[in-house]
Amino acid sequence: MSSVIRTTILSAALIAAAVTSPAQIAVRGDMVYTMAGTPIRDGVVLVRDGKIERVGPAAQLAIPANYKSYRAKVVTPGLIDAHTVIGLTGYLNQPQDQDQVERSAPMQPELRAVDAFDPAERLIEWVRSFGVTTLHTGHGPGILVSGQTMIIKTDAKTAEEALVPAAMVAATLGDGARDTRTPGSRAKAIALLRAELIKAQEYRAKAEKAEKGKEAPRDIRTEAFVRVLKGELPLLVTVNRANDIASAIRLGKEFGLKLVLDGVAEVQLAMEQIQAAGYPVIIHPTMARPGGETENLTMEDAAKLRAAGIPFALQSGFEGYVPKTRVVLFEAAVAAANGLTFEQALASVTLDAAKLLGIDKRVGSIETGKDADLAMYDGDPFEYASHCVGVLINGKLASSSVH
Amino acid sequence: MKTRLLSILAGVTSLAMAQTPPVAFTGARLISMAGAEIPNGVLVVEKGRIVAVGPADSVTIPTNARRVDAAGKVIMPGLIDSHSHVGGADGGDGSSPIQPDVRVLDSINVRASSIQRAQAGGVTVANVMPGSGHLSSGQTLYIKLRDGKTVDDLLITLGDGRIAGGLKMANGTNPRRAAPFPGTRAKAAALVREQFIKAQEYRDKIRAANGDATKMPPRDLRMETLVEVLDGKRVVQHHTHRHDDILTVLRLQKEFGFKVVLHHTSDAWMVAEEIAKAKVPVSLIVIDSPGGKLETKDSTLENGAALEKAGVVVGFHTDDGVTDSRFFLRAAAISVRAGMSREKALYGLTMANAKILELDSRIGSLEKGKDADFILLSGDPLSTYTKVIETWIDGVRVFNRNNPKDRVYAVGGVGASHDDGDMHSDEWEK
Repeated sequence: MSSVIRTTILSAALIAAAVTSPAQIAVRGDMVYTMAGTPIRDGVVLVRDGKIERVGPAAQLAIPANYKSYRAKVVTPGLIDAHTVIGLTGYLNQPQDQDQVERSAPMQPELRAVDAFDPAERLIEWVRSFGVTTLHTGHGPGILVSGQTMIIKTDAKTAEEALVPAAMVAATLGDGARDTRTPGSRAKAIALLRAELIKAQEYRAKAEKAEKGKEAPRDIRTEAFVRVLKGELPLLVTVNRANDIASAIRLGKEFGLKLVLDGVAEVQLAMEQIQAAGYPVIIHPTMARPGGETENLTMEDAAKLRAAGIPFALQSGFEGYVPKTRVVLFEAAVAAANGLTFEQALASVTLDAAKLLGIDKRVGSIETGKDADLAMYDGDPFEYASHCVGVLINGKLASSSVH
Repeated sequence: MKTRLLSILAGVTSLAMAQTPPVAFTGARLISMAGAEIPNGVLVVEKGRIVAVGPADSVTIPTNARRVDAAGKVIMPGLIDSHSHVGGADGGDGSSPIQPDVRVLDSINVRASSIQRAQAGGVTVANVMPGSGHLSSGQTLYIKLRDGKTVDDLLITLGDGRIAGGLKMANGTNPRRAAPFPGTRAKAAALVREQFIKAQEYRDKIRAANGDATKMPPRDLRMETLVEVLDGKRVVQHHTHRHDDILTVLRLQKEFGFKVVLHHTSDAWMVAEEIAKAKVPVSLIVIDSPGGKLETKDSTLENGAALEKAGVVVGFHTDDGVTDSRFFLRAAAISVRAGMSREKALYGLTMANAKILELDSRIGSLEKGKDADFILLSGDPLSTYTKVIETWIDGVRVFNRNNPKDRVYAVGGVGASHDDGDMHSDEWEK
């Protein structure tokens, strides 16, 4: 094939691609918050084949003629919700769309989020329309060990598209772990967990020593706990009261677990212990309702974590009633009004969340080579009256609905 | 004990302060809800009332006034919440579906932390409602969120000596239960009609007695309340979500001629024209995401805009604890995001609710002669970054963000949501 013909075919292919679903996109923003360096005034993000190609000031980065262009006042990385349950919980809040907790046994780490996730759930479309592009979702709080979580983009058509199909194992300590059968108390919950983890230690030791062909029968529940012991699956512990935070840390240290503390309403009463333990925190939604175990939470908890140098991210969490989900954009906005700077609040739902979840090589900032997940706003994204006007996921327009 | 005693004394002192020299706030942007916003305004309050308000160059500040420099701040009327559950009030029990004899008045805890948090959100007046699990769960109470020792300190007394309040009613799925509660929507309407017809007959007997005590029917607390409703002396505050349930309320209202306010109204956007035609106001809840309750599945943030367009009077409410009183301003702001005008959104936090509670001659705007209920804000009322700095009721400051004890109620923390009877105190300032 002559090079002339080859070039012609290539150009035709490019034109066809541009007409149907443009592989090349340029997004220009009056302000582009890359989360990698200072924000760029009048910036341009070039997108090619689903990845960020280049980013820089418009004065230095010309938009090629064949790029489809979008323009917005503010451009940010696509937002990351560091902990939610949507896709397993649905907006109707009826038994058929609530799959976040299975109550037949107090500990079921073998339950996989990918086997329950509904990518067509309306709540996912809802949060996407505010700029949320990545979810850490799955089994919820409300039982001692509810199951696994996963990480997936908000435009996924199937659970197979998950970035991380098994991300963490979700656990709950405190009143939330109580069951009508067992555990009926705080100490019993810890006793049950220790017994399972010791069983998993023994299972692991046996499996490592077993001769080929003489392996013990498989036990998928214990296998999941072995993955927790190995640190392959962090234990995501939803915990609010200071004494329960201490219990979580005690358990984490005994078994050398990778722990992520979640909720943590009494963070201000346990700050030193958390700092010393070195565990990251996915803090409760800024506007979470105080009451019961969460009665002492504050709107400034994110700011306090930041000041203490503890890695943290914001979450939408689990909502039992109305609204059936929160939106991390709104929670970051109120955190920005309560002690975090604008960029710190934005980081808590972008780059800091990506780092905490271990996905920062792909998402969380606008940098060459990362996934082209972008959110566009018609003003300060944290202002109540601003709108999200467009969302790109993997370089494709995923939302243009404006609420 | 000592702390408690000091708190009470401080309360008495601040009440007394309302009697002493006038206070003049200068330099603030005034959003009076009675005319255009005033960039550099003066507000003068004395003896619990507003005595002067207007642009700096048009108001003469009394020489004995204590001047407060409010430059850079915004002053607007105290927020009025037309549907709240602060104070942990309850209503009727499981004995019957219609209990207009039951009063919220007899159940409210004035020391509840929810009242302190509502003050921190800028709320000065709230319609405290019993629940929606009955066709009528009882009489509501319009309270001023003063720092009080008993509920009597929070009451609003009307010109005729009655205590201000409405009647809670509800339809849709919440009141559906086993008999004697209704099992269907039509049964719910039938039970309500039956009681209102009884009330008409009771009223006829009273009228026929023409003041002759021997001819009066025996006293019936339920009927007496319903007669107040029929006579237009007590407004029905009606929980309703679905479009057909909204129309059922309007149908009953037309049959019996009572005054009614539609509450929550998730499907309002579907029947906005019908609501406008009935000239009935709406007390709207603003939930920032969908779902959670089947009956509200079609709720939208655009409800405020749709009702405004149809010409309906729209007030907002928190339904506290469904939404948090500290985010009441946010309800208006995100309605603006969804198409409502700034003017009507602010109206919905103030004057619209004053009308809904029929207290608009006393509260809802900054006008000479009205109650000195107002808030100082750090910036624009519809901005995320704005904080309520002070809340004043009847010329008394009940919340001051610069007081660390009050600040805890604003941002949360140990004690902010714990009901141990802790009261606001001005001790820190002394």
